[in-house]
Amino acid sequence: MAEILLSEAEKAFIHHGVQDDLRCDGRTRLDYRPIILETGLVSNASGSARLRLANSDILVGVKVELASPSPDKPQEGRLEFFVDCSANATPEFEGRGGEDLANEICRFLQRSYASGDTINLAELSILSGQQCWVLYVDILILECGGNLYDATFMAVKSALYATQIPSIKVATMDGDQPELELSDDPYDTKRLNTENLPCVVTLMKIGNHYLVDPTPEEECCSSSGIVVAVSGNKKITAVRKIGSGSLHPDSLVSMLKTGSDVGAKVNKTLMIKLLEEKNLEKSQKVGFMR
Amino acid sequence: MVDIRLASEISPFHIVADSTEPKHLVTPGSLITKETGFMRGHGTYMQDDCLYSSVAGVVERVNQLISVRPLKSRYHGEIGDVVIGRVTEVSQKRWKLDTNARLDSVLLLQSVNLPGGELRRRSAEDELAMRQYLKEGDLVSAEVQNIFNDGALSLHTRSMKYGKLSQGCLIKVSPSLIRRQKTHFHNLPCGASIIMGNNGFVWICPTLHEDGAGGFVQNLETVPHADRQAISRLRNCVTALAQCKMMIYDTSIMHAYDASINAGFEIKELLLPDKIKEIALMVRKQFEMEKE
Repeated sequence: MAEILLSEAEKAFIHHGVQDDLRCDGRTRLDYRPIILETGLVSNASGSARLRLANSDILVGVKVELASPSPDKPQEGRLEFFVDCSANATPEFEGRGGEDLANEICRFLQRSYASGDTINLAELSILSGQQCWVLYVDILILECGGNLYDATFMAVKSALYATQIPSIKVATMDGDQPELELSDDPYDTKRLNTENLPCVVTLMKIGNHYLVDPTPEEECCSSSGIVVAVSGNKKITAVRKIGSGSLHPDSLVSMLKTGSDVGAKVNKTLMIKLLEEKNLEKSQKVGFMR
Repeated sequence: MVDIRLASEISPFHIVADSTEPKHLVTPGSLITKETGFMRGHGTYMQDDCLYSSVAGVVERVNQLISVRPLKSRYHGEIGDVVIGRVTEVSQKRWKLDTNARLDSVLLLQSVNLPGGELRRRSAEDELAMRQYLKEGDLVSAEVQNIFNDGALSLHTRSMKYGKLSQGCLIKVSPSLIRRQKTHFHNLPCGASIIMGNNGFVWICPTLHEDGAGGFVQNLETVPHADRQAISRLRNCVTALAQCKMMIYDTSIMHAYDASINAGFEIKELLLPDKIKEIALMVRKQFEMEKE
């Protein structure tokens, strides 16, 4: 993440604030900064979402393509992730500087979505062993304002919620080659069941306490933390430790429990908002003009 | 607490008040005037006898000179400005500070107050011990003494009110939002002090009870809870004013603080977009009432 210089006194101020449960901007240790969400703003993608978490800005686009399934999982479709840290986000991402972070986030996404609890990939299968849907999820990090993992996962979940997969029927079997018939109606689509897609909670340890949604200054004060991916049914699908400091096993267990509670709340609120957006009558896209 | 809003729910804040006339706003490449006879100032360029703007901002006209003042730019230093800078480098007999200007500002060793009185001669030992006074990451409040040929600012802290800053909270806003005032150091009645640097860095700290911060001693004790609440609320008020592009000075900050207390907002509620808009509208209404 972005390197910020802080003086010793500022770090002490942040430490004492965390102990007091009153951070610099008035939040408690378990509060998130305001999140602004919009889906469906990229018209040539099957699904898209833009999420702003204070200063962090993430844009996700999902494209669906037909392909043959992998030989060891013939009954399932695939999800492919690609993360790009734009050089606009912060000066450290200039040139190839953002590649390490992009690869880390990408690998964590793959691990979190690998569990069968999150997404039922059999829904993406068309013809077992021959044709399936592949969802290419492209994530673009436009601005880095701390807590990129949380913002990215929420944006990915929103984009997958908004993804519309065209209806496809298997027509006649022409010898060995099946013919696939795509529906003429562009609105004849189906959506995935995204109830259980994971949301991530980043918990950074400062002193004897840990906080949710750290700002870049707070990230600089902390030496260790964990990133927990929590699915919709409160199961933890992946955990990653970040930072160079060490964690006591007891604090790790309590952090995991807090992470799973907070993750469940985030999932619930996000699903409510996504449903609200789907039911909106007018489709005035705000996009990037504001 | 998690707060998620849809982008369509957020209504835009009208920057210009309904009763005032909108000023002549231009964007890069837009035509200012076709008339000849004007001198072109900063932010403009001439092409085919027409004057165009090269930045996004407000057109200012002083007699025959037309210039465009950008809304968001790097800090442009003037002699006598109060600035807050962060040390980025410790070199021979000088410190380099980041002040949100185009070049790092310079703080010479002979421009600071060392312990032992002002008239002490700078020795070689002082030079080697520079890092004990100010090291990378430290925040300093200083005044612009001089401007070098290349535009870099030369700062000094030769007064008891300037020096290394202790515990507190730093906010970065655009330099154009800070009004030039007689004094930039204010002890606000709510229990916090505020330093508004002309370079856009605003520093909020608990009120110091001993006079002057000119020394290099840092107070690392725990700040009391009430002071911390005042500092957080002020920080959110300043950020709200900056987001709504309102001028930041002691009166506007106190109006925003009082408005947030009277409306009964919790400190963390001031981060929400609709509360920010409400605070800005209340401050503007307060100013209109005072004018009458």
